[in-house]
Amino acid sequence: MNYIYPEYEVVRNYARCIVCRACENQCANCVHRYIESENRMESKDDDCVNCHRCVTICPTRALKIIKSDHTFRYNSNWTGKTINEIFKQAESGGVLLSSMGNPENYPVYFDKILINASQVTNPSIDPLREPMETRVFLGSKVHKIKRDSNGKIDTSTAPQLDLSVPIMFSAMSYGSISYNAHESLAKAAEKLGIYYNTGEGGLHEDFYKYSKNTIVQVASGRFGVHKSYLDTAAAIEIKMGQGAKPGIGGHLPGAKIVGAVSRTRMIPEGSDAISPAPHHDIYSIEDLRQLVFSLKEATDYKKPVIVKIAAVHNVTAIASGVARSGADIIAIDGFRGGTGAAPTKIRDNVGIPIELALASVDKRLRDEGIRDRVSLIVGGSIRSSTDIIKAIALGADCVYIGSAALIAMGCHLCRSCQSGKCNWGIATQIPNLVKRLNPSIAYQRLVNLVTAWNHEMREMLGGMGINSIESLKGNRLMLRGVGLTDKELEILGIFHAGE
Amino acid sequence: MLIKEGSIRIPSGCAVSAIIDRSKKRFSGEAIIRSISVMHERSNGLGGGFAAYGIYPEYKDYYAFHIFYENAEVKKNCELFLDDNFDIINLSKIPTQKVSEIVDEPLIWRYFVIPHPTKLKASQLDEREFVVKAVFKINTTIKGAYVFSSGKNMGVFKAVGFPEDVGRFYKLDEYEGHCFTAHGRYPTNTPGWWGGAHPFALLDYSVIHNGEISSYDANRRSIEMYGYKCTLLTDTEVITYIIDYLHRKMELDFNEIAAVIAAPFWQTIARMPEDERKEHEYLRNVFSSLLITGPFSIIVGFQDGVVALNDRLKLRSMVVAEKDDLVYVASEESAIRIIEPTLDKIWYPKGGEAVIIKTKEESKSK
Repeated sequence: MNYIYPEYEVVRNYARCIVCRACENQCANCVHRYIESENRMESKDDDCVNCHRCVTICPTRALKIIKSDHTFRYNSNWTGKTINEIFKQAESGGVLLSSMGNPENYPVYFDKILINASQVTNPSIDPLREPMETRVFLGSKVHKIKRDSNGKIDTSTAPQLDLSVPIMFSAMSYGSISYNAHESLAKAAEKLGIYYNTGEGGLHEDFYKYSKNTIVQVASGRFGVHKSYLDTAAAIEIKMGQGAKPGIGGHLPGAKIVGAVSRTRMIPEGSDAISPAPHHDIYSIEDLRQLVFSLKEATDYKKPVIVKIAAVHNVTAIASGVARSGADIIAIDGFRGGTGAAPTKIRDNVGIPIELALASVDKRLRDEGIRDRVSLIVGGSIRSSTDIIKAIALGADCVYIGSAALIAMGCHLCRSCQSGKCNWGIATQIPNLVKRLNPSIAYQRLVNLVTAWNHEMREMLGGMGINSIESLKGNRLMLRGVGLTDKELEILGIFHAGE
Repeated sequence: MLIKEGSIRIPSGCAVSAIIDRSKKRFSGEAIIRSISVMHERSNGLGGGFAAYGIYPEYKDYYAFHIFYENAEVKKNCELFLDDNFDIINLSKIPTQKVSEIVDEPLIWRYFVIPHPTKLKASQLDEREFVVKAVFKINTTIKGAYVFSSGKNMGVFKAVGFPEDVGRFYKLDEYEGHCFTAHGRYPTNTPGWWGGAHPFALLDYSVIHNGEISSYDANRRSIEMYGYKCTLLTDTEVITYIIDYLHRKMELDFNEIAAVIAAPFWQTIARMPEDERKEHEYLRNVFSSLLITGPFSIIVGFQDGVVALNDRLKLRSMVVAEKDDLVYVASEESAIRIIEPTLDKIWYPKGGEAVIIKTKEESKSK
């Protein structure tokens, strides 16, 4: 007996349905079935993940998915969600698993911050008629001028990443997402003059050609890490934590470890890839310093090293320690960051919002006079051009986008990646699903998204009378809060609207 | 209650003017008053001021501190501090005359000082850094005392009022110097006190500025990491600190400073010869937080010259002219023609192009 009533219902308009069976053919969860005797389609709501594949593919718009109005007796303490979770665990005895970012109803500070514009006292700048610059460099910037005997400035710097726009695709491993998804990200990064990130799944040999736009990750499982992997990259990221699951390592179910994924990760087919919670060579900050410098030694000090940490309660002290440990760039991942699989309770309850973490870290590094020593990347979750503008004004150098990039490729945020049966060909390794994602189309959609955001950012910059993105960085006077408490405003370092 | 400038940020429009004699011949401050008064319409009576170089030859080796005091009590406290850290060679009230347009004047005093040798040694700072630290200390901790001028053989004179009235108030025509800059302010709010008037000065650097920079908070939060404290929240204050930092501490020359604060666009840099391109990329990248955007025309005075600079889009007017050894800079040509109708040369510098005018001794020594 299954205690759980389906959360979503498939509604079929039989007047429109032409029984073409496309829905049946497209659904990897086998929700749709053809009843030959009656020459009609039938749907099984229990298996529907609400991914909209059938809805989108249906040529006659005969299908839609609605939220079930089936309900428990009203109880504001024991909600239907809580009761269902208990049913599930009583049935399975297992940890609840989820994918993508924390969907719960916590405050989204980005939505309570407003952006400034020029009026009268200084002119807004028209990006259609004047240059509007979004190029940024990420890396350590040391204020020390050295000159040769002729007085010429020595222009060498610590290794830098050079981006046309302060947006990068965040770490998503080959394995958690498909070959075609990885190819799309790599191609788009190359076209846009930005970077994508391998995640902890290694780098497929076919993608070495995108090395100039590739950040490789070294995570606690060390999957896929070897000399040429490090050598080929533009930068190396040490993953200490992930916003969706701070305190634990990556999870990739064995079902996704097949063929090339297994080879690229350098682990046997079918084995679950469960990364250790900590790096077993990093139990303290001084150990991190050793890994940073080991990687720098291994790559001749030619590549910036990024240290990615999850936004947790004492993120300011951690970031400050990381900045003093040889890292060139710190990436902070907020508690709404996405994942291919995480324990639901950790995803939904551990960590803090990225807006608060960013504001505190930026301030702390400035108070200590070491902000220029590192660049800051933030992610988890950046949803739009305005989130980017607000993040940069709070103090970020650049943002990582993951979920937004997946959505651009076709993800409908059904949050079932852990099943490995992604109908959109993104978070799956099943060949006939993977081939649904056409890299030359998905890549173009990624390019379109970043291009569109760039246009919007340029308009907003111009409106503020700014014609180069570096003049927005940390420029918190350009922001005002609405409906925030004094404490929240204090942490964000911004005034309330009207002040 | 009226909030004092420093607790709020007040945008301003303005007029600027400067005259410098490259042969270092000294002349009266009367000319600069005439120049700035032509641009009366560009100010609104809420701020005016002057910087004058070469006016204290008899004390040229001493730092001349000009200080506003709210009352005699504050003055006493501040003098205790000065006495503790400096040898005071001379002190006096700054001579002023009653002008009906200038009201609410604070106590205005002048001190010629040199750091106390033992204090200087104990501080492990160089002399100028010692002076800067002392100025910040007074301005941030002695409430009601404000050092608004701290250079050698130069001085700033400023007040709330139209600049021509401020000039008369300070009897500027009785001073002789080889270089003067002047500023008329058009703030959107009442500043509440005299500190926010221009020029803003630190050591020998003085800055007058017309504009409202859109990068303000990015610049402020960046420069405050390097030991500066923005107490007035004005653009001019932050620009002065940036220039002090880049010129005195980083030892960049003024062309290099222009490449940081009014940097050429990347598309322009891409077209430069390789050496030049690398240098511009380096300066923009390393000092990216000190890029200033939004409209500005600034005139920076320093010991041996002035630098005039516009923002990179030239969103504020500025014109430069020459006649023999004299060089003029102003917001409007009329402010130059009123004192010198026949000019050898007159031009409008491009956005981001630093016009560096050095006195002849300095040019030779370079």
